[in-house]
Amino acid sequence: MAQPPKAFQQVIDDFAFADRQERIEMLIEYADRFREVPPHIAARPFPEEHHVQKCESDAYVWAEDLPDGTLKFHFAVENPQGLSAKAWAVILDETLSGQPLEEVAAVPCDSVFTVFGKEVSMGKGMGLMGIADMVTTFARQRLAARNRPA
Amino acid sequence: MTDIEARGYAHPEVLVSTEWVAQHLGDPAVRIIESNEDPLLYPSGHIPGAVQVDWAADLNDPLRRDYLDRAGFEKLASRIGITPETTVVFYGDKNNWWACYAFWVFQLFGHENAKIMDGGRLKWEKEGRPLTRDVPSYPPTQYQAPERDDSKIRIFRDEVLKKLGTGVKLVDVRSPQEYTGERTHMPEYPQEGVLRGGHIPGAKNVPWARAANPEDGTFKSAAELKAIYEQEQGLSPNDEVIAYCRIGERSSHTWFVLTYLLGYPNVRNYDGSWTEWGNSVGVPIER
Repeated sequence: MAQPPKAFQQVIDDFAFADRQERIEMLIEYADRFREVPPHIAARPFPEEHHVQKCESDAYVWAEDLPDGTLKFHFAVENPQGLSAKAWAVILDETLSGQPLEEVAAVPCDSVFTVFGKEVSMGKGMGLMGIADMVTTFARQRLAARNRPA
Repeated sequence: MTDIEARGYAHPEVLVSTEWVAQHLGDPAVRIIESNEDPLLYPSGHIPGAVQVDWAADLNDPLRRDYLDRAGFEKLASRIGITPETTVVFYGDKNNWWACYAFWVFQLFGHENAKIMDGGRLKWEKEGRPLTRDVPSYPPTQYQAPERDDSKIRIFRDEVLKKLGTGVKLVDVRSPQEYTGERTHMPEYPQEGVLRGGHIPGAKNVPWARAANPEDGTFKSAAELKAIYEQEQGLSPNDEVIAYCRIGERSSHTWFVLTYLLGYPNVRNYDGSWTEWGNSVGVPIER
């Protein structure tokens, strides 16, 4: 059974031991690094199949196939106040893009609660899990296609 | 006449505009308070001089399911440097949802000198007004608060139960899916999970955000609000009204709208809301 990528696990561990203030500062640093999906991947209006269900911040996720068979993840967050979604998108991109698909598929969506803390509101928790779910789903889809008989 | 006064509210003085706030940034008699759902927003940039009041960390008792007590409120008031005479102006994300919640909790302690900045963060940002990451510090104050008064604007489950069928008007401000019970439990989210879906018998469903204009977060005019709550849902100002949602936060927004913008004198927030009702043994539920 594959484990999530080491870089992802490292981030989760960092958050697991952070107090509330440290967590907020770390998340804002991540959110500051957010870059929207580049135009060669997608342009507005973004297609509905890339829209994260249940996410109040109107997040979108894309997976770009890299030559080595891994994926580069791209995101858009339409709510200008969707800072948590942006921070989460940067964490996922920085730790999962270019990683083995088996490991990406093994990322547990409820890691959201380690990163954002147990006090994250229900709506936000569901939305953030939805983003992670879409990322891992892309990885599983590519794996399934790879393993399909030609 | 200002834009807010022209909207026909019963108590227009309870709202201030972004422009008013911009003109009172250094006013020592005014304290600007940001309250958000998203704890990242304030530290990422806020109105210069604004303090943060966090719904989870500041307003709730850390142990029991209840709000802070008098000593806790006095401590909070001291931290943000206010006295009973200070005009507090709340604003926040999500159409001022959490700002209204903080406003409601402040009313449990009788801080009547309170206002909401119409449009909240969204309007302030859209207008390109300044935001800062500098966290201000104000000299601590001595604030003597009364005991928390839960009798006028708050209601508990057993009293709601007794009032069923007496003509009381219940307003369920959750989404239509929550109201019908289509959305029952929330997988992987035990803290706010609920065992039964549906609504309190007789409740009308008016999702809270219908009271706000989505493009800039401002409140709709009194005429538009009456069209929703009175013409469409049959409420009238003399009704006894109970608003509820999942944990009592969205319903504080509706409480604010009915009490101050439409001038209903008898509106209470049932903050136990669906997480209490839908988990209670033996209470009636409608779908």
